[in-house]
Amino acid sequence: MKRAALIALPYLWLLALFLVPFLIVLKISLSDTDLAIPPYTPTLDQGLRAFIDGLDFENFAFLASDDLYWKAYLSSLRIAAISTVLTLMVGYPVAYAMARAPEEWRATLMMLVILPFWTSFLIRVYAWMGILSGEGFLNQFLLWTGVIAEPLTILNTTTAVYIGIVYTYVPFMILPIYAALDRLDASLIEAAEDLGCSRLKAFWLVTVPLSKNGIIAGSFLVFIPALGEFVIPSLLGGSKTLMIGKVLWEEFFNNRDWPVASAVAVILLLILIVPIILFQRNQQRQSEADQ
Amino acid sequence: MTKMSWFNVTSITLGFAFLYLPMVILVIYSFNASQLVTVWAGFSTKWYAELLQNEAFLDAAWVTLQVAVMSSTIATLLGTMAAYVLVRSGRFWGRTLFSGMIYAPLVMPEVITGLSLLLLFIGIGLDRGVLTIVLAHTTFSMCYVSVVVSSRLMTFDQSLEEAALDLGCSSFDAFRLVTLPIIAPAVISGWLLAFTLSLDDLVIASFTAGPSATTLPIKIFSAVRLGVSPEINALSTIMIAIVAVGVISASLVSKRNSLRIQRDEQAAARAA
Repeated sequence: MKRAALIALPYLWLLALFLVPFLIVLKISLSDTDLAIPPYTPTLDQGLRAFIDGLDFENFAFLASDDLYWKAYLSSLRIAAISTVLTLMVGYPVAYAMARAPEEWRATLMMLVILPFWTSFLIRVYAWMGILSGEGFLNQFLLWTGVIAEPLTILNTTTAVYIGIVYTYVPFMILPIYAALDRLDASLIEAAEDLGCSRLKAFWLVTVPLSKNGIIAGSFLVFIPALGEFVIPSLLGGSKTLMIGKVLWEEFFNNRDWPVASAVAVILLLILIVPIILFQRNQQRQSEADQ
Repeated sequence: MTKMSWFNVTSITLGFAFLYLPMVILVIYSFNASQLVTVWAGFSTKWYAELLQNEAFLDAAWVTLQVAVMSSTIATLLGTMAAYVLVRSGRFWGRTLFSGMIYAPLVMPEVITGLSLLLLFIGIGLDRGVLTIVLAHTTFSMCYVSVVVSSRLMTFDQSLEEAALDLGCSSFDAFRLVTLPIIAPAVISGWLLAFTLSLDDLVIASFTAGPSATTLPIKIFSAVRLGVSPEINALSTIMIAIVAVGVISASLVSKRNSLRIQRDEQAAARAA
């Protein structure tokens, strides 16, 4: 009896506040826009038959026909993919160096990587607005050193979005790679070098393959949230930076078109299912390998 | 350990400079006297004084704190229960769905979670305000709590619990007297995680907040959309300072505790 109550409470909570809301999104994505409150039709009080008859794929057809949407999906995928690669390029050397750092430093270094997680995401993105703007810190610095003669336009471009994503998500990349490299047996690299590998070759042939799981986990941990990102493109990106999280937000809050916003959400989720499943598989393989 | 190569030293230095410089710059500029955020005009704390007089920010901060305390507390209760169910309850009807619902919110884009909850609240005619934000925050943060707590539950020795049961404890007493003290650090870090997630959240709160309740991130976002503002710099500095003090003292406490446990264990080993 007690066991049933223990299961039921969190179970019902998640059913009511996670699964049901999601089914509502699905349902509204199949509804028509209406000038009523709520601004869609049909609703359940018209009877089940009329309700089912009222549903159609019009919104999805609309998404397919208007190139704003599929351009936004493609551009989100591209931005997420490029930022993942950039984050890997920034994160790997740091994780590698951390794993090679003296034992007594490592706990502190770990804490320094995790610490930004606890600071507000919004503030970390905002910090870059002051750095990247026309008369911001970076431009002043570069002008002062004489590297550039004219201030660069970085804020409100896609470049700023890349910088923002790399900055906010790089701890997600560092931690799994560090975990993989930390477990790596240093004698394997020594063996490769003894057998005539150059350091670089030993790195490519031994270190990288052995940290593969960390690289994969880190990449998904960056790619998945970056795809639906809203805060970074809306603060650092410009009007030309199309990302689907921002489109959904604007469709809902500015255009008040709930059915289309819901359809955008459904498609975004369908796109995310593939990387999420791949990520799960990678995690499972890894935990099996650990046992 | 061999000496670190120049390459590794450079990567660490550059990497950590990248992580921390933006925040350092933000903190420095919060003490800038000039209204023009980018021009340095001398040291001043006037933006802090102005911030403390800004009622809208103070109100929002109060709402945010209330929401965070309530949602993280409920989330910790539900999340710990969920973790216990996942790790200990064996098979039950709908277990796969249950564990799916625990893990899905962790990867769900915030815009979708926010949108879906808003549509639910409107569908059942619930007025948007503090209550709806608490419900929304509880839902996603309980999943984080449950992941943190279940990883601790999986690694601890179940025979301790069985021993308590054999010695005549009721199952609730066994949980209260044996299991809970052991998983307490995980429960506390779950609470802290839920608390910061709630303090931090902009997207889900924007969907689920009504005109009667605005949280601090919503206020900050609408202010910084228009550009950099010295007041927000001051506010950010305060928030960064709170986190830094909190995390550093927490890690000192946990370091002391683990040293004490180590000592106790050594003493026990000697006595035995």
